[in-house]
Amino acid sequence: MASLKDLRNRISSVKSTKKITKAMQMVAASKLRRAEEAAQNARPYAERMRSVLSNLAGVNQNEAPKLMRGTGKDDVQLLVVFTSDRGLCGGFNASIVKKARAKARELESAGKTVKYLTVGKKGWDLMRRDLRDKIVDNMTFREVSQIGFEQAAQVGDKLLSLFESGEFDVCHLFYAEYENAMTQTPVGQQVIPAKIETDEGESESASGTKASVAYEYEPDPVHILDALIPRNIKVQILRALLENTASEHGARMTAMDNATRNASDMIEDLEISYNRQRQAQITTELTEIISGAEAL
Amino acid sequence: MADSFKFELVSPEKLLLSETVDSVVVPGSEGEFTIMGNHAPFMTTLKPGIVTATLSGGQEKTLFVRGGFADINENGVTLLAEFAEPADSIEAKQMQAHLEEAQKRVEEAEDDDTRFKAQEYVSQLEYANSRLPG
Repeated sequence: MASLKDLRNRISSVKSTKKITKAMQMVAASKLRRAEEAAQNARPYAERMRSVLSNLAGVNQNEAPKLMRGTGKDDVQLLVVFTSDRGLCGGFNASIVKKARAKARELESAGKTVKYLTVGKKGWDLMRRDLRDKIVDNMTFREVSQIGFEQAAQVGDKLLSLFESGEFDVCHLFYAEYENAMTQTPVGQQVIPAKIETDEGESESASGTKASVAYEYEPDPVHILDALIPRNIKVQILRALLENTASEHGARMTAMDNATRNASDMIEDLEISYNRQRQAQITTELTEIISGAEAL
Repeated sequence: MADSFKFELVSPEKLLLSETVDSVVVPGSEGEFTIMGNHAPFMTTLKPGIVTATLSGGQEKTLFVRGGFADINENGVTLLAEFAEPADSIEAKQMQAHLEEAQKRVEEAEDDDTRFKAQEYVSQLEYANSRLPG
């Protein structure tokens, strides 16, 4: 049985842990608000980009840049795994990595080569032990306080240079899509070769002819696609980064909320046993005094 | 009076401008051009420069943009810029940073073609810079 002093020490240590988790929860909550806003602000650009791309869908496929057509193979697959740089956010990173590795297993059993690029320190930490030689590179933006297009462009340039040097044929992004503070869903998305989504409700050929007949291009459509596809990739990456940041803070907030509640429960239990023991001690002392007085 | 139309300027980080305008001057990669209402569907890449939008009320707005696309269709004009900032709030320091980055690219260019492109980019930036207020 722990002594009174031990119990006191444990209570005070759990209390200070509770203070920390509480503080982290508050910080995550305020950061979440900012991250959510950033993700929201990025949305119009992505939407416009998609409508521009669907206007261009009528361009002759054979003239389209390689990034859109693909290399014609799918032997080497690159999985870009976005994770957080800091821990203490529950199962957030583990679930993204799990999703990526499930995809990797599927691809590997189909006889493909799988390579990884990790963005964020935690993904690297989780995967380096058994996948060390398959990880092409690791990028972190730990020192950046607000993720912006610049960071997305860095990742994008990296991807493009790897693609140009023929390091991979198909590229997928893995990140957690932000739904709300409680739920984040890990998702996989193919970015290279780019898939152009045409507007729903219209058949592909209809929108294609409409676009190619009516539009004038300067310079020609192929040049525009050449510039547009890489930018679209960066925009997708930016979206992944921003969604991921929001998800990370959401996950941390939930995790820290749980931790705070657990700490409260623990403090309650400890205080009950502390009080019981204190009472037991008083009783023992009293019995000793009384029996001592009786002996006289 | 010219027909007014919807003009939107978006950068990856946010929607900068969404207004009804009478005309917009856009720095296209093949030259600057003005868009009025009922323009034919048109798409072009942009060079760094100044966008001038004349709002329906007659008020003018100028913004600095760098890299991106203009998409002009029956619904209006959409500018997708890689970087955009209102001309009056952009700081000299920021412009300087853009210029230095561009200069660096000139120095790092490995062949004449890229060097030429980078050099062209620098002069476009300088021109845009010289037209900024203040």
